[in-house]
Amino acid sequence: MSIPTPTSGRGAARRRALIGRTVFAAPGLIYITIFMTIPILLVLVYSFFQRGRFGGIVWEFTLENYVRAFEPVYLQVFSNSLVIAGTTTVLALLIGYPTAYAIAKLPTRWRTVALVLVVLPFWTNFLIRTYAWIILLNSEGPINSSLVDAGIISAPIGFLYTPGAVIVGLVYAYLPLVILPVYASIERLDRQLIEAAGNLGASRARAFFDVTLPLTLPGVMIGAIFVFVPSLGNFVIPELLGGGKTVMVGNLIRDQFLEARDWPFGAVLALFVITLLVVLFALQAAISRRINGTGKRVSSRA
Amino acid sequence: MHKIGWLRVPLVATYAFLYIPIAVLVVMSFNASKNPFNWAGFSTKWYSALFDNELIRQGFINTMIVAVGATILATILGTLLAIGVARYFRSAVVEAYSLAPAIIPDLVLAIGLLAFFALIGVTLSLFSVLLAHVVFGMAFVSAVVIARIGQTDSSLEEASRDLGASATTTFFRITLPSLAPGIIAGALLVFTLSLDEFVVAYFTDGPSTPTLPIVIYSMVRFGVTPEINALAALLLLVSFTIVISAQRITRLTDAV
Repeated sequence: MSIPTPTSGRGAARRRALIGRTVFAAPGLIYITIFMTIPILLVLVYSFFQRGRFGGIVWEFTLENYVRAFEPVYLQVFSNSLVIAGTTTVLALLIGYPTAYAIAKLPTRWRTVALVLVVLPFWTNFLIRTYAWIILLNSEGPINSSLVDAGIISAPIGFLYTPGAVIVGLVYAYLPLVILPVYASIERLDRQLIEAAGNLGASRARAFFDVTLPLTLPGVMIGAIFVFVPSLGNFVIPELLGGGKTVMVGNLIRDQFLEARDWPFGAVLALFVITLLVVLFALQAAISRRINGTGKRVSSRA
Repeated sequence: MHKIGWLRVPLVATYAFLYIPIAVLVVMSFNASKNPFNWAGFSTKWYSALFDNELIRQGFINTMIVAVGATILATILGTLLAIGVARYFRSAVVEAYSLAPAIIPDLVLAIGLLAFFALIGVTLSLFSVLLAHVVFGMAFVSAVVIARIGQTDSSLEEASRDLGASATTTFFRITLPSLAPGIIAGALLVFTLSLDEFVVAYFTDGPSTPTLPIVIYSMVRFGVTPEINALAALLLLVSFTIVISAQRITRLTDAV
């Protein structure tokens, strides 16, 4: 057997990498480029042109679609959506963080079961999960009837078709997406740091707010993005639980594409969601880089 | 270390919040009354009404066509992509790109594809839904298989090559079997996702071939119908079975 010289060995490795990339990765990467990247770039391009009379596009450059997005009607929808998606995110974190924390404290063999139970509802039909809340929140539904029976309220409350109902539906839909990343960041936590805080005389609350919470912030941010962005883009829950009275960016985008047939304006609205997503991910990356940096410094000093 | 204490409260409350709505649907699916808010005794009549509903049956067939097709394509492309990314690129950017379709908001993907299909003149049909489902399905398969590759040891493949096996033989006899649990789990997840997917299908489907979620959407929009409860219970059963088997397959092999 001939012993390959270093150069030919490196050449062969390079050739193998090239073949590997072409055979294995290329088909998938090309598919993603055709069916995700190009369509999204197309949305970007459309945002600069004029609407066609029956949908579609007239190839005449304009910035009018962007100007139109600043009309008071649409600014109102933006601020509405931001408030609803923001409230949803805060609520989901307030519920999700303690849950993730509790799961991380479970004995190892129970943790997997607990996590599967968190994810399971997420893998079931999203329309049906929303539909369940139409029944629950109905004025004749189980929540109202048990409150009336218990004498807490005298007449049923109209929960359904309010912004509150939309928020409940959104929290319900996306809660697992908060719990998982937060759990992962708590799991990875260096427990010695918390013990050190305790040994140095910090109370448990102080140790939590000064050590645990900042170190799990990257996971919290990921969870927050995973709830906030899809909440903004959701048009089904505002329609079914908000009764069409709560209009969010998602509803507006849907209507521009399927009803008003104004694709360029719909494209501008969609770009708003994409931009927000990119900005939030960049922010998350910056925060997690800072925290991992200080984390390393602290532990190397310890 | 494992002191849960008061943390039991949020834990129990969260599971109650997650499962009570589902439990209510399942219980109501056996309610004899047409009014979903009044219990009038046990009955399975909504299940038989469901099987007689032509719209739902056709929607189910359409959904199965898309889900099976998308699962096969996404599993093949996703597995190859995972191997390519994890073994031959080792680049965070390429990995992020290959996982991007799973992260991008569904509505953005949906309108992009609608515009794209209109531009290149693809008539919207079950086939365009299938093409769309493959994009994000592939990303999910890649994610699961990349994780699996991280756990497996490449020395077996090197040994196989050193012993004179061709690249093709090594791939089919060593690489694929060692990744099989990840591939199967990924395939099951794509199947479930495609089965339940609404937003992308709503934008990329033709009007004459609605998938099951589109049928459900049009029914739910017009109010509460008891057949939906029965359908909900059945779909829950299907999703739970698939997800739990995917979980068991990955866990079984983690133990090995």
